[in-house]
Amino acid sequence: MKNLFLIGLLLVSSVAFAQTNGYKVGDVVKDFSLKNVNNKTVSLADYQNAKGYIVVFTCNTCPVAKAYQERVSNLNNTFAATGYPVIAINPNDAGAVPGESFEKMQVLAKEKNFSFPYLLDPEHVVTKQFGALKTPHVFVLSKTGNGNVVEYIGAIDNDAEGDNPDKVNYVENAIKELSAGRNPTVSFTKAVGCSIKWKKE
Amino acid sequence: MRIFFIICLSLVTYSVNAQVRLLTLDDLDKRVAKGKDTTYVINFWATSCSPCVAELPHFEKLRTENEKKPLKVLLVSLDFKSKLQREVIPFVNNNNIKAEVYLLNEPDQQKYIERIDKKWSGAIPATLFVNKKVRRFYEKEFTAEELKSTLLNLK
Repeated sequence: MKNLFLIGLLLVSSVAFAQTNGYKVGDVVKDFSLKNVNNKTVSLADYQNAKGYIVVFTCNTCPVAKAYQERVSNLNNTFAATGYPVIAINPNDAGAVPGESFEKMQVLAKEKNFSFPYLLDPEHVVTKQFGALKTPHVFVLSKTGNGNVVEYIGAIDNDAEGDNPDKVNYVENAIKELSAGRNPTVSFTKAVGCSIKWKKE
Repeated sequence: MRIFFIICLSLVTYSVNAQVRLLTLDDLDKRVAKGKDTTYVINFWATSCSPCVAELPHFEKLRTENEKKPLKVLLVSLDFKSKLQREVIPFVNNNNIKAEVYLLNEPDQQKYIERIDKKWSGAIPATLFVNKKVRRFYEKEFTAEELKSTLLNLK
């Protein structure tokens, strides 16, 4: 009976595994080429001097993403100079939510003075490669001899509301550890966010 | 006199909070354990989440269609606790929501997201169908039809 239970558990976990698509910590990321709000395309390879990247899936309309907008800007202001630029990607489909249009992205980037690229992923290709499921959803990468490796997946911090006395800055900590030549102690976190608005088929 | 005042105050607090109570996951587990043959359809939502708000009427429909069956619809808001009085309660009043509404009272997202479902990324809307035998979690938006068929096919 106990064995049966274990087999059942194994089956369930293998199904769970099969359903989890996208990159995991340790995977090598395929480079992409997406259109920025200034109409130029951006690839990871463009950043020749980068030591890594902070890839943030974020958008125009999600209240959680909005609450983190300034923190994303701050990450770029702090870490771009040390070799870890922010690359923001909007995973949402403007057909599903008009507020997510390229024009509205341009307005937001200008209004908020984005110092980092804000890219459009119109067919969700890169979003699906990464396995981003919500906004905001962060992937910290490091540039290695084998390519760009995923080092951290998850939330920016554990303080969406801005009142957690035990605040932990996950992304900041991960980059500080990477800069010191260590693997991030915390490499995967979860947080409440907005579901991605997929293109209607 | 002082005791009278305290009683009045607690009565007022009670009536204001009467519609949306705080709920921990321990509370929820106990409720399901005591539920006998009841199936709980637990929707995780937030007032600021537009796809969540859009599907709320489907849950209301599911509830009214199954009033005589052992089914409970629980709407568990993940809004910030500070928004309970100013946003969640007025929202429930304005939209005339008759299902049981709660606000999740768990401090640590790292823990509660995993505990609700290991596969959940934390994106909302999300819905849990649970009774004493079955537990199914969906990180997706439902149409009224999908809700109905998911409930019917729950095994």
